[in-house]
Formats: sequence, structure tokens, C-alpha cells
Amino acid sequence: MTGYLLIESRDPLESNDASYGYDLAAGLARQGAAVTLFLVQNGVFPARRSASTAALEAVVQAGVEVLADEFSLRERGIQGDRLPAGVAAAPIDAVIDRLVEGRKAFWL
Amino acid sequence: MTRSEEVAMTERKKLALLLMDAPYESARTTTALRLVDAAARRGLDLTVFCYEGAVALSFARQAPHANAVHGRDVAQEDHPNPKDWIAALMVQAEQSGGRLAWINCGLCVDERGVGEVAAGIGRGSPVDFWKAAEAADNTLVIPTRG
Repeated sequence: MTGYLLIESRDPLESNDASYGYDLAAGLARQGAAVTLFLVQNGVFPARRSASTAALEAVVQAGVEVLADEFSLRERGIQGDRLPAGVAAAPIDAVIDRLVEGRKAFWL
Repeated sequence: MTRSEEVAMTERKKLALLLMDAPYESARTTTALRLVDAAARRGLDLTVFCYEGAVALSFARQAPHANAVHGRDVAQEDHPNPKDWIAALMVQAEQSGGRLAWINCGLCVDERGVGEVAAGIGRGSPVDFWKAAEAADNTLVIPTRG
């Protein structure tokens, strides 16, 4: 099955559309696709314990690989070693890796 | 071009990237340039196609400025201009054995009067992006957001 790379740059608290991206990622994973959700810019905020973290954890539980851009985390003072279980800090190279791999890529 | 260079070019992965945001307006531009940097360092064959405000990223008349509020002159302020970053990324790609083609939508350029571009910047039409996407192993579109 085709693999997917979804890139989310928005904080769910600033845009409700982010939750649609989470739902899309989780739905694709439940259908058996390899899915990576790459959080970047304000998209990394749910990786800091907050009201929207539970939604991100649900995405992880659906089988999505959730990566948070380490540069964006640093910019916002979010420590990479205090992320929710299943969310990993990653360099921007992770996006290039998955593009080269041939994942269908969507900037949400 | 030598035979080994031809083979290397054929085997190099090709990516196409589409940008739409004007300079100095969105963090998406920073992220896009970071992606281009990561691809350039790997020696990939990368085509960046700019639509809408993104065509101003390579405008040649961008100029660094002083900061009177903080009492800094032009050199001290060291204000960055994206045209210089693009030039540096092109050099980086070449040094890594890859290639960075940066193409502006001609209609978008004319609408905005930013036809005076930095060296090495191309001009094309939407069909050129389609061709780049067709030739690429993968494509990423970074859209504008309201």
C-alpha cells in the first residue's frame, strides 16, 4: 500500500483544520498504510503537554509515525526528551528521506 | 559531461518543490529553504518552482538595511535577503554533486514587477512545473494559508 507523508505546520489551537489532518493520518494508518505525520513550526505545540496533546496521542495509537521538527521544538523551548510517548524529535532531513522513498506527500 | 557524470545525473533522485509565499511573511518560507538546504546537501536534483508572492524570493533589488532603533549600521545589522540564501543553496547543491533549478512563474513575476532576478534564476510557465513534477521522483507543494 502507498505510504504517506503528511506535514502539519499549524497548532490545533490556532486552526481547527489541524484536527482534520490528524484524522486523515489516523484513517490512512488504520487502513494499513505507512503514514508519517511531520509536525513543524507551530504544528509542534501539541507535542508540549497541553489540551491538544490527547488528539496527537490518538494519532500515535492509530499507528502513525509522529515526528516533531527538532528546530521548531528548539525555537519554542520544547524539550525533545519530554515529548509524549510515540512522538519523536527529528531533523528536517526526515522529510527528504520520505520524499526520496516515494511517499505521497501533503502539506496540510 | 563525462560518462560517469551522466550516470550520476541519471541516478540522482529528483524532487520538485512548489512555493507560493512571499518573502518575510511566513515561517513556511523558512521551512521550505531548510528543506532545499537538506536536499542540496545530499546532492539531489531539485527543482523549485515559485508561484505568486514566492517569485519575489529571488528579486535582485532586495537590499540589506540598517536598524536605527537599535543603532546598528548595515554591516552590524547583517540583514538577510532570501536572494542571497538561494544563491548559496545553488552553490551548496553544486558542491554536493547535485543541482538546484529555481524557476519563477513568469506571469506572477510580471504582475509584481519583480523581473529583475538574481543570477541563475529561471522563468517559466505552469507547464514547466508540470514537467518538473512529471520528471521528479516526488513532489511537495507548500501552499499559502489564510
